Order: sequence, then C-alpha cells, then structure tokens
Amino acid sequence: MHHFSQPVEAKAAPQVESVDELKQIASQVRRDIVRMVHAVNSGHPGGSLGCTDLLVALYFKVMKHTPAPFDMNGTGQDLFFLSNGHISPVFYSVLARSGYFPVSELSTFRKLNSRLQGHPATHEYLPGVRIASGSLGQGLSVAAGAAQAKKLNGDDRTVFVLMGDGELEEGQVWEAALYAAHHKIDNLIAFVDRNGQQIDGSTDEIGGLGDLRAKFEAFGWKVLEADGNQFETLLPALEEAQSLTGQGKPVMVLMDTQMGYGVDFMMGSHKWHGVAPNDEQLEKALQQLEVKENSDY
Amino acid sequence: MKDFPYTESKDTRSGFGAGLHELGKTNPNVVALCADLTGSLKMDAFKKDFPERFFQVGIAEANMMGLAAGMTIGGKIPFTGTFANFSTGRVYDQIRQSIAYSGKNVKICASHAGVTLGEDGATHQILEDVGMMKMLPHMTVINPCDFNQTKAATIAIADYEGPVYLRFGRPVVPNFTPADQTFEIGKAVMLNEGTDVSIFATGHLVWKAILAGKLLEAKGINAEIINIHTIKPLDAEAILASARKTGCVVTAEEHQMNGGLGDAVAQLLARHEPLPLEMVAIDDSFGESGTPDQLMEKYGLTEHDVVKAVEAVIKRRK
Repeated sequence: MHHFSQPVEAKAAPQVESVDELKQIASQVRRDIVRMVHAVNSGHPGGSLGCTDLLVALYFKVMKHTPAPFDMNGTGQDLFFLSNGHISPVFYSVLARSGYFPVSELSTFRKLNSRLQGHPATHEYLPGVRIASGSLGQGLSVAAGAAQAKKLNGDDRTVFVLMGDGELEEGQVWEAALYAAHHKIDNLIAFVDRNGQQIDGSTDEIGGLGDLRAKFEAFGWKVLEADGNQFETLLPALEEAQSLTGQGKPVMVLMDTQMGYGVDFMMGSHKWHGVAPNDEQLEKALQQLEVKENSDY
Repeated sequence: MKDFPYTESKDTRSGFGAGLHELGKTNPNVVALCADLTGSLKMDAFKKDFPERFFQVGIAEANMMGLAAGMTIGGKIPFTGTFANFSTGRVYDQIRQSIAYSGKNVKICASHAGVTLGEDGATHQILEDVGMMKMLPHMTVINPCDFNQTKAATIAIADYEGPVYLRFGRPVVPNFTPADQTFEIGKAVMLNEGTDVSIFATGHLVWKAILAGKLLEAKGINAEIINIHTIKPLDAEAILASARKTGCVVTAEEHQMNGGLGDAVAQLLARHEPLPLEMVAIDDSFGESGTPDQLMEKYGLTEHDVVKAVEAVIKRRK
C-alpha cells in the first residue's frame, strides 16, 4: 500500500460559480483521464470523458460536501455514488482535485498496491469512495438505502447517484426504481448517462431501452432531461432537480452525453469504451484539451 | 454423558425474531429489511413496535442487499430477512461487491436453511449457503443450534462491526441452551467432554449429536461433543485441542459436504493435525419434498448417521 499523507487540516468543498472556471476544471479533469488510462494502457476513457461535466458540476458547485477529513457516513453532507464504476478515472480525478486526496496519487491508477483500483473500492480506504462498484446495477439500491438512512437521521441533505444507460439492462435497477418511488425517497437524485453506447454496440440495438422518460415516469419518478456536456444547460437542470426534491418522489435526470466528449476522435463511438490511447493519440487528445494553467499531475 | 434437559421445543427463526425485537428496544441504530416474508422470518414484533425502522422491500432481494449496504452509510445496522436460498445464491454478487468487499456492517439473516424447510422442495432448500458465504473474505458465518442460542447470536452480532451471515431454520427443535447465555462469536461451546471421538456439530445437527452421544454411551463410547455455532472464524484452538485428545473426528451439519463445516474442519486438520475424519452432511445432492424428519432420515442426517460415522472413524484411528 502506498502511504500518502492525509491532509491534516479540514478542507471545505470548492465553490466555483463561473461557467468559465468550471470549463477549465473539466478540461483539466479530461487531461487527467486520458493520461491515467494511457499510463497503464487500460481503463475506460469514453464514459469518463462523457460524464466529466456532471461530476465537475456536482463536486465543484452543486454538492455540499467536506473532502477532508473524510466521513464515511457523510453526516450533513450531500453524497454521490458512482454505480457505473468503470468510469473510475473521472471519479478519481474529480475527487483528487476537489480535495479528497493528493492529485499526485492519480499516477498510481490501476497499478499494484494503489488505492485507485480499476473500479472504485472502499477496501483500500480511498477518501471519497463510499461503496465498491463495477459489477453493474447495484448503485441505485445503495443510494436509496443511504437516502433512507438520511431520513431516519433527520439529515436533510441529498443523495446523488450516476448510472450508465447500458446499466439499465440490469434488473436490480428496476427493483430499486420501483422501491424508491413506492417509499417516496424524495431526497434522491439519480442520473442516467444516456450516451447510447455499450460494449457490443448501441443501446438501441442491444438492450432496447426505449422511452426512458416514459418508463421512469410510469415507475413514479419525476423526470428531467438535459444535455450533460454543456454547463449552460446542465447547471439549470441540476438546480431544477434539486428544487424537485422533498416532494414525495425520487428525481431522475436523463442526461444526454457523448462518449469521449472533448476529444474529437473518441467522440460518439463505443470503440473508446474500454480502450486506452497510444502515445500519438494521447498527444493529439491533450492538444485538444487546453487549459489556461496546466496543473497536470 | 451429561444431560441436556429442556422444557420446550421451538424454532430457531423465532429466536431470531425475539433477538431482533430485543435489539429494537436497546439499539436505535438497528433497522430491519424484509423481502415479503415477515411472518416466516418472525419479524412481526419488530415491525409492529418499530415501524419507522422496518423496511418492506417486497420480492426484490438484490435491491434489499443494496439498500442495506447503503443504510450503513449513515450509521445504521441493517438486518436483512428472507429465506437462506434468497439470502445467498440469489444475491451473491450484491453481497460480494456492495457488502463484503465494501466492508459494510450488514447482518444477513437467513431462515429455512437446509432440508428441514420440508415440503417446498429443493428449489427452496439451500444446502450450499455456508460454503458461498464462508468463501467471502471477512464474512462471519454463524449457524446457531436452538431458539435461545439464535436469540443470543442475533443480539451479539449487532455489537460486532462487519458483515455477518446468520443461518437458522424452520422446524421446532429442543430448546436446551441457557436462556441467559452470552454468545461469543467464534468461540466453540463444549457440550460434553469425552475421550473417544470428537463430534463437531452445527445448527440442527447439534441436538442430533447429543442424541448420538447417548446412543454411543450405551455402546461404551465416550464422545466429546462440541457446538461449532460459528463456522467462520473457526475456533481452531478448541477443535485442534479436542482432536488431539480423542484422535478422531466427526463433523455434522445440514449442508453440502462441499463447502460446509466438515470442509473447514478437514482443512484445519490436514494442515495442523492430520487425523481421521468422517462427515455427516449432504453428499453432493439436491433435496426434495417431504417432511423434515423424513428428509433428515433419507439424506443421512439423524443421530443414527452420527453414530455410524463415529464407529467408522474410530476404526480408522491408529
């Protein structure tokens, strides 16, 4: 196990207001993602790049959270669960850059003895991770349970959870969807990363997900749709989602994204689901992911 | 041979229900989840007196395991309740990832384990659950023998931090262990000291081992009988000490030979004290419909089967 010194002093969550600044952070996170997967020639860049804007918006603006000292119970904090654990690169980068652990630790991603396992694990005690994920379909149940614990504790904060769209082919998701509505878990905001892609092809060809808005509405959820790659539309959608909490229904945001967003040759193709760029492709990607002040680890 | 008097027979699942109800009174963090089997699991009293801490999940066991994992985040101590079959095989991956690997403080409470479930047949009679659960790193596996011990175990696991699989059953069995016992996880219970053979039994087979001990006594065999209520972590010290004393071992359980208590004891002996071992267990078979007594007889899980195993193992002792 690597020993990285934990921040001694308490660290508050970053509060970024300007869209320009959020875009800069998102670009830096995308640089981290392609560099992380390139370094170990493995990992999942496509979905990570597609969900970068959501995670940056949540951790740098929307959520009330305390990166350090890390509290597993998250008392009085908003919680985020990543159900589609394979997009761990974006999760790790956002956690590090919002203060949960040193940014330099991103260099250990997927390496032996790292806290940054291929898929997120609590087993390694990485601050910011509250549940292991990777085997799909389990996160919505976990988030619903955490939301009910908050209600029992009189904690009025919100639980957020992100799932992939292909992940909705797992039956457990629908068990949880039924349960959350039936039990009026209205401190829960779920996101589906609707990029339309999964390993063997498009979600339409493979799973036939159909009209997700109609499906979740029929299950008793409040449903919003948003462009997940534009802060200008994503931020108002997040605000609206928060305003819909506490009204007796769980809230679903169907978030349209492009897999590989930000790197032109990765965009919109399932081919970059679980493939790392080579040296040349990395250089090309980094040229496209510009930042005013480079803070690469 | 010691006497084990009892005044009544009760089901171990009712011991779970009584323990859970007690916890409702004493530990405000204890919550209970059930997958549409509240009556079968004897969770009604908890539900009635602590409705805000009782969660009816419906027939959705995978979701129940995830919910329980999530509730620990917030400091709750969730007890999930359904049949052993639906508590393990049906939800193995959920337990593996969201509970065991994630180190969550969930108590998986499983009734109707084994063939004594009876007439419903093999679809519901899980005989592989102990094996599945004990293979998971850091999972504690407990199979108490009667009402009082199941109640005590239920109360004890709330104070232990970490995932636990608590296995119990449907039929009524003699309630002979003390009502005021302290349940120590991982600590074998000496029932009868003997010199000729060590019988390590768990769950419903503990009473069968006691009955066998009396039959053996009549044959001039002085059996040591130890209740292994915790299969993981195994009380290696107690097992090795007894085996060294008697020189031969019989295990008894209502479970597959593969993966059960006998398997665990065999590993221990092979590594530390190779001694002859016979196993009273299901031999690579599914169960079937029948009364619990008929099934225990057909599948070789009676006191007479324990006696036969003892006689066989004593012959093998050098």
